[in-house]
Amino acid sequence: MKNQYDIVIIGGGPAGLAAAVSAYDSGVRDVLILERDEQLGGILNQCIHNGFGLHTFKEELTGPEYADRFIQQVRERDIPCLLNTMVMDISPDRVVTAMNRCDGMFQIQAKAVILAMGCRERPRGALNIPGYRPAGIFSAGTAQRLVNIEGYMPGKEVVILGSGDIGLIMARRMTLEGAKVKLVAELMPYSGGLKRNIVQCLDDYGIPLRLSHTVVDIEGKEHITAVTIAQVGADRKPIKGTEERYTCDTLLLSCGLIPENELSTAAGVQLSPVTNGPVVNESLETNIPGVFACGNVLHVHDLVDYVSEEAAKAGAVAAKYAKGEIAQADGKEIALHAESGVRYTVPVTIHPDRMDDKTVVRFRVGDVYKDSFVSVYFDGERVQHKKKRIIAPGEMEQIILTKQSLDDHPDLQTITIKIEAE
Amino acid sequence: MFDVIIIGAGVIGCSVARELSKYNAKILVIEKNEDVCSGTSKANSAIVHSGYDAPNGSLKAKFNVQGNRMMEAVCRELDVPFKRIGSLTVCTEAELLPELDKLRERGEKNGVEGLKVLNREEVLAIEPHIGDEVVGALLAPTAGIVCPFKLTVAMAENAAVNGAEFLFDTEVKKIYCDDGVWHVVTGDHDYTAKAVVNAAGVYSDVFNNMVSERKLHITPRRGDYILLDRAAGGYVRHTIFQLPTKLGKGVLVTPTVHGNTIVGPTAVDVDDKESTATTADGIDSVIAKSALSVKGLPVRQVITSFAGLRAHEDGHEFVLGEPDDAPGFFNCAGVESPGLSAAPAIGVYIAGQIREKLSLTDKADFVAERKDILNPATLSLEERNELIRREPAYGTIVCRCESVTEGEILDAIRRPVGARSLDGVKRRTRAGMGRCQAGFCSPKVMEILRRELGVDLTEVTKSGGSSYIVNARTKDGE
Repeated sequence: MKNQYDIVIIGGGPAGLAAAVSAYDSGVRDVLILERDEQLGGILNQCIHNGFGLHTFKEELTGPEYADRFIQQVRERDIPCLLNTMVMDISPDRVVTAMNRCDGMFQIQAKAVILAMGCRERPRGALNIPGYRPAGIFSAGTAQRLVNIEGYMPGKEVVILGSGDIGLIMARRMTLEGAKVKLVAELMPYSGGLKRNIVQCLDDYGIPLRLSHTVVDIEGKEHITAVTIAQVGADRKPIKGTEERYTCDTLLLSCGLIPENELSTAAGVQLSPVTNGPVVNESLETNIPGVFACGNVLHVHDLVDYVSEEAAKAGAVAAKYAKGEIAQADGKEIALHAESGVRYTVPVTIHPDRMDDKTVVRFRVGDVYKDSFVSVYFDGERVQHKKKRIIAPGEMEQIILTKQSLDDHPDLQTITIKIEAE
Repeated sequence: MFDVIIIGAGVIGCSVARELSKYNAKILVIEKNEDVCSGTSKANSAIVHSGYDAPNGSLKAKFNVQGNRMMEAVCRELDVPFKRIGSLTVCTEAELLPELDKLRERGEKNGVEGLKVLNREEVLAIEPHIGDEVVGALLAPTAGIVCPFKLTVAMAENAAVNGAEFLFDTEVKKIYCDDGVWHVVTGDHDYTAKAVVNAAGVYSDVFNNMVSERKLHITPRRGDYILLDRAAGGYVRHTIFQLPTKLGKGVLVTPTVHGNTIVGPTAVDVDDKESTATTADGIDSVIAKSALSVKGLPVRQVITSFAGLRAHEDGHEFVLGEPDDAPGFFNCAGVESPGLSAAPAIGVYIAGQIREKLSLTDKADFVAERKDILNPATLSLEERNELIRREPAYGTIVCRCESVTEGEILDAIRRPVGARSLDGVKRRTRAGMGRCQAGFCSPKVMEILRRELGVDLTEVTKSGGSSYIVNARTKDGE
């Protein structure tokens, strides 16, 4: 086994694949993908519904089809991949320790590392739902794997807590498999999922979405038998007297995704408390030089197309870094501030001397805004002001900054992005 | 005919079984659940008390202090994680400070060594996150933490290796004595024995009351807990108790041997002996009360909450040994806190009584040592690679949060008294106990269980009984 690579990519899902292809096409041939599962493609493999790739390929693909497009590109370039391989550690000087059953535990020195580990679902325990802890409670993605990969049904009578996209998709999937999905309860007054998924997965099947509702009790000692749902107030606490009991044999949870950054943390990568992903600059570079991040490990995306786009950028910059063609991040640094409804921005800082002609800044909002404006301020000056009919927490938003506009403001200190009523 | 039948495979039943397996005796342990450590033993604070708290002269005091002294050696023999980290009982009201001295005196009379009352500065020096209200604390350096799952499993495994038999998924319906022979009746069998041990936890009153006029009354006392991620570990270094105030008994905050932090419990008397549902009020109160002794506890990093039941007897005391009207029936009843701490001592005590009664002889080939499931993380790189070459399953990580390999899971299933469910695997290996709470690894562990047990995936359970995980194929899954 070779113990040095120009670029090591942690994760062979959509982010890792796109990053690998882009790094290769940017002139670095010495790229290695480390994937913990037995196949490339990541979570896309269990997303057998369609709707992927509208932006990237201008056609509607299923998850495995979308993944396959990138897997083919990786294959055509002969980029090596180690499957069934778990990365155990990344050191600050980019020594990657990994393990599999053929090679044992081994270390690789990388010139650049791309973090592409994806995210995990928030489990029941973290939600503090009271009641028993019986069988029959799944995060939506675990149920999706059981149904779509293993070919087994968790149950026939389903209640879903949380209206994240995987929960919405699973509402439809379980229905198509003959299960009765009684309702989707969402703690917040708005859904965390895409509008199109609410329409296509709930409305089309007559599955009610109960906003501002949560599960307040779980019954069943060995296997779940019923849940109690209650309305919550503005403080998100259950309102006494609004309880309704639903019998069920399955409770699915779709209550948020958490970027999986345990390895990053061990390497000393600084995380954002809002996204739980690394704090990155315009190059998608973390505070550890030569360590880049993209996809859902960086921040949870709504569409895989944006994951691929972001990962391609990370791959290209990592290639430059590995070739020594990028300036050290010690030039002028401009901070991006998220304000008034904008929860975070990716990136968090921009070095004008290192940026491309255009930099995409992605963000999410913390509430639903109708007929409002996305505004960008260069210090005190408003430089962008774009009206949006609707801005919702379930959908990722973006603005584009040009190098030209930054160069035109040589004294610029802070870029602020905010939502404005007018 | 058995020499001894033990009802209940919790930490007490398994401790008695292990101690008895040192003698030439035919032993049967009957457990109504599918695995050992399925009741009170699996849901508690996981601490080894020093023994200052119980009244002087009580059985609780005696067996706690004895058990504490034995714990290190027992855990070494059985390869169970145990750390003597010490406890701090913090006082948050100046006028209650004299109580700390009273506790110290009580503890010294109980035989607890090294007790010391500390002032606020001394507490801060050893426990930096202590609450602002804390004015002093009782330090008990002999207190410790242990893994209750591993302790119970290890005792059961070691008893099994030494000949004890275990019967799971079997509920005892009736016990009676006929002509000096004890009959233990289950759904379809009548097992006979010369002696019976009642280690049935919250049900121990039921069995006692079947055979004795010395009636017992056990109240299941529910305690809600929260468990914090290992990322929040190291926040406290000691087990932090709160001195009761007029507002009531506080909660404890303690590290676990695995680096998590446990906060709890509440104390709510319930009627139902299976009532292990947590409540929103319980969890809220645990979090609120913890703030009194420890400030800034990262309670947002909770990975799970759970509730356990203590077997509280009306006399507020352990009930150990034969009732005078039921010779050959040995109670281990009312074993609530500090039951886990006392378990090794109770095992020796009850086994000793039975040995005398049945004139049991020492087993010449008793195997005292037991090795835990190998944790590859403890090996050097070379050793680990050698292991993977020999057994490639140790090169496959199944549970990514806790870095548990397939090799460890196979070992947990294939051992004597091995795991037969997701929870059984979890308690033995920690697979599924991490921050994703089995989201990723459960389909993989299910597949390993299916293969190893030779069953269909629909028969794999979370914890036995009706706790199946999937119940049918999908339409085109055939």
